[in-house]
Amino acid sequence: MTTPSLNIDTLIDDPTIRTVICCGSGGVGKTTTAAAVAIRAAEAGRSVVVLTIDPARRLAQALGLEHLDNDPAPVHTIDTSAGGSLDAMMLDMKRTFDEVVMSHSTPEKAAAIMANPFYEAVSSSFAGTQEYMAMERLGQLQQETVGTDRRWDLIVVDTPPSRSAMDFLDAPKKLGSFLDGRFIRLMTAPAKVGGRAYLKVVSVGMSSVTGVMAKILGAQMLKDAQTFIAALDTMFGGFRERAEVTYAALSDASTAFLVVASPERDALREASFFVDRLASEGMPLAGLVVNRLQPITIPSLSAARAIETAQAIRDLPGRAEGWKPADTAALLQVHAEAADQAARHRAAVARFTAAHEDIPQVHVPTSGSDVNDVDQLREIGAALSGD
Amino acid sequence: MTAQLHIVSGKGGTGKTTVAAALALALAHDGRRVLLVEVEGRGGISQVFDVAPFGDEETHVARGLGGGEVRGLAIDPKAALLEYLQMFYKLGRAGGLLEKFGAIDFATTIAPGMRDVLVIGKVYEVVRRDEHHARRGFQQYDAVVLDAPPTGRIGKFLAVNRELSGLAKVGPIKKQADSIMRMLTSGRSRVHLVAVAEEMPVQETIDATAELRGEGLPMGSIIVNQERGALLGKRSRALLQSPDFDAEPLSADLADGGLRVGPTLVDGLVESGRRLDERLSLEERERARLSSLDLPIVRLPALPDGMDAGGLRQLAADLHRQGMQ
Repeated sequence: MTTPSLNIDTLIDDPTIRTVICCGSGGVGKTTTAAAVAIRAAEAGRSVVVLTIDPARRLAQALGLEHLDNDPAPVHTIDTSAGGSLDAMMLDMKRTFDEVVMSHSTPEKAAAIMANPFYEAVSSSFAGTQEYMAMERLGQLQQETVGTDRRWDLIVVDTPPSRSAMDFLDAPKKLGSFLDGRFIRLMTAPAKVGGRAYLKVVSVGMSSVTGVMAKILGAQMLKDAQTFIAALDTMFGGFRERAEVTYAALSDASTAFLVVASPERDALREASFFVDRLASEGMPLAGLVVNRLQPITIPSLSAARAIETAQAIRDLPGRAEGWKPADTAALLQVHAEAADQAARHRAAVARFTAAHEDIPQVHVPTSGSDVNDVDQLREIGAALSGD
Repeated sequence: MTAQLHIVSGKGGTGKTTVAAALALALAHDGRRVLLVEVEGRGGISQVFDVAPFGDEETHVARGLGGGEVRGLAIDPKAALLEYLQMFYKLGRAGGLLEKFGAIDFATTIAPGMRDVLVIGKVYEVVRRDEHHARRGFQQYDAVVLDAPPTGRIGKFLAVNRELSGLAKVGPIKKQADSIMRMLTSGRSRVHLVAVAEEMPVQETIDATAELRGEGLPMGSIIVNQERGALLGKRSRALLQSPDFDAEPLSADLADGGLRVGPTLVDGLVESGRRLDERLSLEERERARLSSLDLPIVRLPALPDGMDAGGLRQLAADLHRQGMQ
């Protein structure tokens, strides 16, 4: 059985595909892949927004934007002759969180939440908030309309640089299990009921666990935390509902996941985990993108043969000036290293394929330099469609 | 004497885990004991050493370069929290109660940032062990190497206790958080950043250095990983790039070397040579940007045969030779 090939154009040309999510471990080129897909789709006539998480400065510049922020801004450096458009934005965690708070509570309550010492920490500083907020922002983008139409017919998402690609999928569930759990009732009970009354309604276990926490955290910190969670409690419901709607939308046929990896053992292992996870959750996987694959330039010349020949050439009589046999030998050595690298990359990919032979793949050759402009992103887009 | 703490971070894909492993080997010389700590891997380090995944017991991983020992530990936030509660609060049944009410799960998986607090708390416990702890049966270390989160999150990860101290205001948590910040900002700790000489990793390294310095965290070395060998000299690079490059002598050499000469071969070789030249120019430019950070720069080669136990020892020797010992 041969591994099917992935062609990004089948996603781009399919109007029922509304969301493309690029995921994978850090440093594999997720953001570049997302930008390349977005440009190709926009130039094929779709109205696209690309949500990036933490792009390199030069990627923003490549898109013709001085900087990216939480509001989608039009990218003017692309070809719109097919009637498409491209907007780009970068997730601003703090602002997204602020907007969630403001849209789910009264102005007084929002002010109280934002003044709590825990809020600053949770909304901007602590790791992990990014996944919740990326999901929230994606939900907002999906809901945005112009008149009665959706503002964009394709949203391309780059996922946060998490410890694991899985974190993005796990965030809403973790939130849900927390909201349904006993812990939130424990934390909100005293603030809701207040005073002595609550002592009567909560169990002995509950009050002693609060006592233990007060001992560990200190009474003031526990009180701040309780006030904070109680204040958030009212908006959590709406927040969770949204996260669940977004999550559910991720499992329907309008979404396509692209799992991105570099041709290295670790990145492909992470990709394997993720592919299995998507399958077990019934999430729509489009396929695997392997970035930066070393191409085989001279198939007829093996690494071993190149090294052997280089040694023979080194012994040839030299020339007085210009190109010397030592230079030729050096080039053969360069070729041998590239050929070895190409073989290693293919072996790493083959290990993935052995376990997932039915998963479509597309390989993007290494460019040797950084991606600096729209032309290079177009080339990557072309490679993703098998051109 | 408490242990030296070496914190290793870097952009994803730069090989920070491999470098952390090699650094542990390099530091484990002359009978020194080194603990290599994994905080968020899927057993990535253990694969480099070809041993079973690290667990929450400190176990033997490898002999160091000069006869020392490297041990490994994977910090599990939940185990770290329960251990901490037991150690400082002597919580027996009450610990179980917290578990039952979901407080432990909340702290270790849901509350953003708590993971970081717990992981660093465990590192602190290991680093501060002295003779006094050794007498009570705890293993003491000369150095602890932490395979830390990537550069995008390293500043927040390391400064999380400053945040926590501000939240707690008073009490045992504040005291503990302040002690941890003191350890991280003391002369016994340093942060090493792993980069490859490409635009994005270098930019992240520069940004992270500014952030870490802003937090008062002492910097160690910049480790430039996966450097291409200088297979092509300046002269051959200049010839290859010149617009009137003459491929005749190249073809003649190849024919003399016994190869069947055709355009695929000659053009292919010239093309790979030019690509390497571009790559080397890029590396030179990016290294120059790194040198503006005014930190020691340590260089590690791209290993021609990929990463295995032998390659790891070679990197360890390279680190040791360049003063990381």
